[in-house]
Amino acid sequence: MASEAPINCSIVVDSKSSAIVEVCKEILPKLEEHKFDKDDIFAVHLTLEEAFLNAVKHGNKMDPTKKVKIDYSVTLEKVEITITDEGAGFDPESVDDPRFGDGLYEPGGRGLLLMNSYMDIVKYSEHGNAVHMVRYKEKPHLTNDQSQTHV
Amino acid sequence: MAAIKPNISVEYAGNATIIGFTDEKILEEKDINALQKSIMSVIEQAERINLILDFGNVRFLSSAVLGLLIRISKRIYERNGQLKLCNINPKIYEIFKITRLTKTFDIYNDIETASEGLSQPN
Repeated sequence: MASEAPINCSIVVDSKSSAIVEVCKEILPKLEEHKFDKDDIFAVHLTLEEAFLNAVKHGNKMDPTKKVKIDYSVTLEKVEITITDEGAGFDPESVDDPRFGDGLYEPGGRGLLLMNSYMDIVKYSEHGNAVHMVRYKEKPHLTNDQSQTHV
Repeated sequence: MAAIKPNISVEYAGNATIIGFTDEKILEEKDINALQKSIMSVIEQAERINLILDFGNVRFLSSAVLGLLIRISKRIYERNGQLKLCNINPKIYEIFKITRLTKTFDIYNDIETASEGLSQPN
């Protein structure tokens, strides 16, 4: 029987883009069980896709021998997800804004923008190989520092 | 051998070629690569194409699809064609808005309005 008790879990999957299917199949039903609405589930699903692909492509450099770790917790108030790759890390400040200039016509570079738009908090580890994201059911008032910072 | 489900539908109406996406979710790299192959093949068949992409079936897509659309648009405009998008549901439209691709693409409510004003292809 579906439970509304808080969940804390960890999954480790192969670093290949198709592995996100398994991750979403595990996490998204738990959002439904915890009464997240369709907008929240859409937002988290999209964010998972984008963040996971970033880990596989940019973090692990498409190395199929590497792994991606997903830590997540789901409560009735919020969902938290941390995705960690085995890469050298990166500086999210170094990514150009794809909404302006030549970036608007580039095929790539929109994943971070979507993650930041759909999640309430997006934070990177100091090393840059882990991203921690939070989405609340009831939106808190967050300062810029709280919502998008480095840990 | 398992039947391969086509990932697009293709129709011709007036001055336009209308491609509809058949999948509800367009996410996986292999599916996006297959879409690119299918759509580019349609583009290459015409000297100059007026292409309408119908998103009526699409409920979910990733930013990789946006990249595909940009590549498609570049190829079409290189060949002096036109590209219009239509039938995009509000959740998907929000993705276009957030990424400001509403400024890059011509987006219409439906095929009929997207078809208006298309010039005769060669």
